[in-house]
Amino acid sequence: MATGGGDVIGDVVTWLTDPSHWTDTRFDTGIITQLLAHVRFCAMALLIALAIALPLGLFIGHTDRGRWLVAAANALRALPTVGVLVLLTVIISPQFQGRTDTGFLIPTVIVLVLLAVPPILANTFAGVQNVDPGVRDAASGMGMTGSQVLFRVELPISLPLIFSGVRSAALQLIATATVASYLPLGGLGRFIYDGLAQQDYPQMIGGGVLVAALALLTDLVLATVQRYVVSRGITGRYANERTAVPDSRLAVLPEAEVARG
Amino acid sequence: MTVLAADGASSSPLHFVEYFLDHRSEDLGLLWSHTWLSVVPVIVGLLIALPLGWVARRHRWTYPPIMSITGVLYTIPSIALFVLVPPILGLDTLDPLQVPIALTVYSVALLVRVVADGLASVPDETVQAATALGFRPLERFFKVELPIAVPVIAAGLRVAVVSNVSIVAVAGTIGLSNLGQLFTQGFQLSTPDAYYPPIVLGIVLCVLLAVVLDSLVVLLNRLLTPWRRAVAT
Repeated sequence: MATGGGDVIGDVVTWLTDPSHWTDTRFDTGIITQLLAHVRFCAMALLIALAIALPLGLFIGHTDRGRWLVAAANALRALPTVGVLVLLTVIISPQFQGRTDTGFLIPTVIVLVLLAVPPILANTFAGVQNVDPGVRDAASGMGMTGSQVLFRVELPISLPLIFSGVRSAALQLIATATVASYLPLGGLGRFIYDGLAQQDYPQMIGGGVLVAALALLTDLVLATVQRYVVSRGITGRYANERTAVPDSRLAVLPEAEVARG
Repeated sequence: MTVLAADGASSSPLHFVEYFLDHRSEDLGLLWSHTWLSVVPVIVGLLIALPLGWVARRHRWTYPPIMSITGVLYTIPSIALFVLVPPILGLDTLDPLQVPIALTVYSVALLVRVVADGLASVPDETVQAATALGFRPLERFFKVELPIAVPVIAAGLRVAVVSNVSIVAVAGTIGLSNLGQLFTQGFQLSTPDAYYPPIVLGIVLCVLLAVVLDSLVVLLNRLLTPWRRAVAT
């Protein structure tokens, strides 16, 4: 079974291009259904995380109160995601025995939200904190109220950093939603874990290809949105300078980002 | 002690210590392989990232392609990279090297950016002064530019080791022997009733490992940059 070399790649291509693997059959769930399930978990978790982290980050950055929350959220990163997922599943799933897969869905979404909050919160906070004090003073001097300064000055200037936080969060969500298939739950990870269990390596590697493709495509879409949402006055694209496109690696380094100002 | 462990009462989450003591040699083995898998790829990754970051900084035209390629690699989810490494490199499908290689790829992808940014944080005047003092390029890199870039690189190393500890646990779900196996054990033992000790033990050991490794990088950073303390006070 364990063969290396070119024939494996050929088998993976065969697996991926077989139309019967894309649609649901009586016995198997197809790629399209699993893809939609995967995207659904991630979108749900990302929306909840945004609803929590964005206002909180703006508030903490603007008022400079509750910095410890950012530090606490960052400390969450040391938690092993798989472990927390299993722990919550063991606690929550018995409450939903016999009914659909809610017992696995709830712990998964909680873990995904826990994962997505820290990068968005830290980057929103860092973005607002990084705003040049002179710009902030000028805005107040023009007679803007506190909330006008926040929403018309600080928020637009913070957008590049906020976006890199959101992109980093989205990537981690896609990665971790894959691991969630380790529980009996849908998503693209299903192919990886089922392929492994059945020693069907083309299916396992094909699943890996699909997850990687979804991650790359998502990042591309978010990068494109970022291009149109962020003001050109901020990205410096008017000046045709070296276009420093923030990527997901910068999002995990908010402290270094702050230090460089 | 053995009576207590055989008892049904030991399924409480707080009994992870007893669980550890009962399976000490096995759990220490898992912890050891977890540590090894978390640390070695970061060190190898740094050794590869240093010359790449230097090239990206030195020859401006190489910066965009190096950053785009490593950015794409960093975007691929860990579990996908684990299963993709063997066919791409022509290894056996479940080769023991697949996880270390994948983790090294991540470390390189993160650290190249960090090294290049760290070198960019070195003031131009400092580089010029070093040149004027007669430093040759290689000597200048190791004695002036690299030491000044240490804090930025250390920030990247902290992220790399801490996230590696979590990613290695993911590798446990595809059968590798490390702390991630404690989660699999706990999950399998939890039918029909929840059995917490291995799960809690796994989380506790992972967090401890992450904290210890993170502190080591912080300590190393302080040791390597004595001048920063002198200025800070």
